[in-house]
Amino acid sequence: MTDPPALKVIGVTVRFGGNVAVDDVSLAAQAGAITGLIGPNGAGKTTLFNVISGLQPPTSGAVHLEGADVTRLPTHKRARRGMARTFQRLELFGILTAHGNVKLAVDVRARADRDIRAGVNADAEAYALLERVGLLDLAHMRADSLSTGKARLVELARALAIRPKVLLLDEPASGLTEEETVQFGAILRELAGEGMAVVLVEHDVSLVFAVCDVVHVLDRGALLASGDPSSIRADQRVLDAYLGDAGVPG
Amino acid sequence: MDQFLIATITGLSTAGIFAIAASGLVLTYTTTGIFNFAHGAVGMLAAFSYWQLLDWGLPTGVAVAVVLLVLGPLFGLLVEAVVMRGLFDAPETSRLVVSVALLAAALGLGVWLWPVDESRPLDFWFEDNFLGILGVRVRWHEAIAFILAVVVAIGLRVLLRSTRAGVTMRAVVDDRGLASLNGARPGRSAALAWALGCSLAALAGILLAPAQALSQQTLTLLIVNAYAAAMLGRLRNLPMTFLGAAVLGLLDSYGFFYLPTDGRFGPYLSTFRFAIPVVVLFIVLIALPSARLRTNAARRRLAAPRPTWFTAGFQAAAVVGGAVVLAIGLSDADALRAAKAVGFALIALSLVPLVGWAGQLCLCQMSFAAIGAVCMGHLGQGGNPWALLAGALIAAVVGVLVALPAARLTGIELALATAAFAVILDRWIFAMPDIHLWGMTLSTFNRNPVPVDRLSLPFAGTLTTKGLLVALAVAFALLHLLVVAVRRSRAGDLLLALRESPAACATLGIDPAGTRLAVFAFSAALAAVGGGLYAGTLGSISPSSFDLFQTLPLLLLTVAGGVAASGGAIFAGVVLGLIPVVGATFAGIAGLLGILPGTMGATLGRNPDGVSTQLAERLAPLRSKPAVLAVVVVVDVALALAWANDVLGGWEASIAAFLLPFLAARGVNATRAPRTARLADPLDGLEDRRLGPADVSAIDEALALAEVTR
Ligand SMILES: Nc1ncnc2c1ncn2[C@@H]1O[C@H](COP(=O)(O)OP(=O)(O)OP(=O)(O)O)[C@@H](O)[C@H]1O
Ligand SMILES: [Mg+2]
Repeated sequence: MTDPPALKVIGVTVRFGGNVAVDDVSLAAQAGAITGLIGPNGAGKTTLFNVISGLQPPTSGAVHLEGADVTRLPTHKRARRGMARTFQRLELFGILTAHGNVKLAVDVRARADRDIRAGVNADAEAYALLERVGLLDLAHMRADSLSTGKARLVELARALAIRPKVLLLDEPASGLTEEETVQFGAILRELAGEGMAVVLVEHDVSLVFAVCDVVHVLDRGALLASGDPSSIRADQRVLDAYLGDAGVPG
Repeated sequence: MDQFLIATITGLSTAGIFAIAASGLVLTYTTTGIFNFAHGAVGMLAAFSYWQLLDWGLPTGVAVAVVLLVLGPLFGLLVEAVVMRGLFDAPETSRLVVSVALLAAALGLGVWLWPVDESRPLDFWFEDNFLGILGVRVRWHEAIAFILAVVVAIGLRVLLRSTRAGVTMRAVVDDRGLASLNGARPGRSAALAWALGCSLAALAGILLAPAQALSQQTLTLLIVNAYAAAMLGRLRNLPMTFLGAAVLGLLDSYGFFYLPTDGRFGPYLSTFRFAIPVVVLFIVLIALPSARLRTNAARRRLAAPRPTWFTAGFQAAAVVGGAVVLAIGLSDADALRAAKAVGFALIALSLVPLVGWAGQLCLCQMSFAAIGAVCMGHLGQGGNPWALLAGALIAAVVGVLVALPAARLTGIELALATAAFAVILDRWIFAMPDIHLWGMTLSTFNRNPVPVDRLSLPFAGTLTTKGLLVALAVAFALLHLLVVAVRRSRAGDLLLALRESPAACATLGIDPAGTRLAVFAFSAALAAVGGGLYAGTLGSISPSSFDLFQTLPLLLLTVAGGVAASGGAIFAGVVLGLIPVVGATFAGIAGLLGILPGTMGATLGRNPDGVSTQLAERLAPLRSKPAVLAVVVVVDVALALAWANDVLGGWEASIAAFLLPFLAARGVNATRAPRTARLADPLDGLEDRRLGPADVSAIDEALALAEVTR
């Protein structure tokens, strides 16, 4: 038997009144791989992320993290077990600097791990994380004065600060320049290489197809197709529902 | 059986009034997203206006029509246009504070227009006529109240479901942007909702008033009872609101008829009746499912100064120095007034971490202060300062108990829960005689004022009035330094992060509810220390010095002054200290001053950071020129001494001493060369700038060092 997947979503349904936002979705994300999640606006991607991270209780269904059922755990306990995320609508702490945002997360993690060995220097670790996403020169800017693209990178650094096992990214590349997007893809591959399970929600399909190992397609709440990028790209239903011409390169 | 029937019928009539009030509240909330704390005060103003019109000789029918169709709606339209319109996308705390400010302003207005020393009887409608229902004599007035509630219920349903205006009103809540795209005019819906809401509050006020002695606070609180009914439907559901009103009305009436007033438990339960609705409110709030974690809705830059130790120390020294000068120059009576103001500022300081950083609007701060005050009265005989510590510990525990159910709620719900707690304490618990349990005696006020001895310190002995003033200033300075220490620590950043986005905090592993508990406990302890010291300036305390209506000006003035830093607390103390002075000097506007805290709070929509934060920014340039700063200090001290020795008048000296630093700061600003970058403490005054290559390589060097130790 192999290890259980880092993240498993089992039959999750979310209803808002009469509106079904997520409809009986099951999927898994493996450690060391990048799992793509795409679909048209309103497909339920963000809602699914909210269920996975515990911000939205599902109407039915379960979420497993490294084989353990975490459906009833509050968000912060899931975070302490290694689940991190970024937000589609930025959720940086605007009043703190970029460095302050990351350092806060480092601090929280270090305390929760009782990781108070002499080596933990939250200041330095926060700078190192910012350097990793290429933002060292902006470390002392207030977060609310950063451009959207830069702010997304700070959110990534902040999420990495909790040393996640599962990393959920909600449209991280929107607002990045083309060059930054390429760099960003490289960072993602690096993270997966370190054994993280990365789940990527993104409208920039060329990025998704370039970096993902598996892609799931959501449409009106339900899972439409799953598979490796090339098969998804060729899937007629996906072309009709979402990709249209965009999926066909050239 | 007969009595039960009477109680039930009376209860249903009260229920009708609650339902009318509550449905007005729900209407404004669902349409505008603003919870109108002033709803009760609007009803109160309406009742007084109604009395006034009758007093001027108008017939009842005309007076009712004028209040319900003209004054009520007009007031609503005015509030909507002047105060509320700009608030739609303001942070939740600001919206709540403005609404609370409106409550305070309306109360102040009521007291100003109708001074409390006169009795104003109101007759029931159709005074002498009774109606026989099931063999019980029922006042026409009561029957009418019930019938009106039914009419309102049907009317609102028709309005919201079947008219264009009503359908638009419901659409506006769901999505303001979308609704306006579809041709709705959100502004008009909001105006309509405010007009209707205020009219309903007015109706409730008029119906309630005859059974009461016309009193501003009592009447306001009675309508506040209806808030519990509205909460049952989480402020959105009208049928649930009517159900809630029925339950409340009946409980209130049965309480009146059946709660014992004598015997063993009589003394403890007789005042319970006044607390029933707030107890229900508290229970409803506890029973509500947890609110979803809020994401960052308001994108507005907020300030929360992070003073350097130098600045903080300087401020502490300035407070103590100022108190010493006042102690030298003031008469004993005035020094006592000043000491009271400092005591008030001490309590206000407790709001800084809770409201200013964590963004938790708490309306029972004075109740925490009361705990400290009672401890000082009972345990601090002879002025023993250790009683302050006892008060702080007890208050911290109580703070946790209040926050335990409340910390999972939304901002409005938390504000209401804490307000309910404040009313439970001052209308019920503090009105009880001593409680004897298992051989212990639990004593609060035992129905009498509690004497509080003046502080006595080692070496100094029992303090003189002037000594007290200086001691309180020293206490303020020390607690200010404590607050700054918290702000500069990780906890300070944590609380600010929590204010901005609880959801993001949780995804980083921070427990939002747990963090709120901690800050509640800390703030309650601070308030209790402040309350204990404040009590020492009063000499003897009674529950009314610490009730909900005392929390309002405290909160509003601190917020207007800038609740994110100690400066806001100083501002609150100074304004409250000056109000009686100004009132005595200019007798004509004395009544108007009661409205001051409310109107100051209401300006918050435009200036969310507060006065002191802005002033502090103006003074910032002085930090870089120690020489100029020293000169300013010397001249200010000289001015103070000149006043204390009667060389200069008080107003002249204070105005000159106040303006001098600002003028100096302007001068410095004009001549200053651009500052060069340095990396001493990156967060002290250097926020918000790009790092140069030198900084980056400095950090790189540091990182390499860190790499080795890891
Ligand atoms: N709190 C809520 N209450 C009611 N409906 C909601 C709520 N949150 C989301 N929805 C609805 O659920 C559906 C899915 O929304 P969701 O934000 O998950 O889509 P998405 O796939 O992330 O879209 P996008 O690509 O635009 O980000 C939408 O129809 C949305 O209107
Ligand atoms: Mg989304």
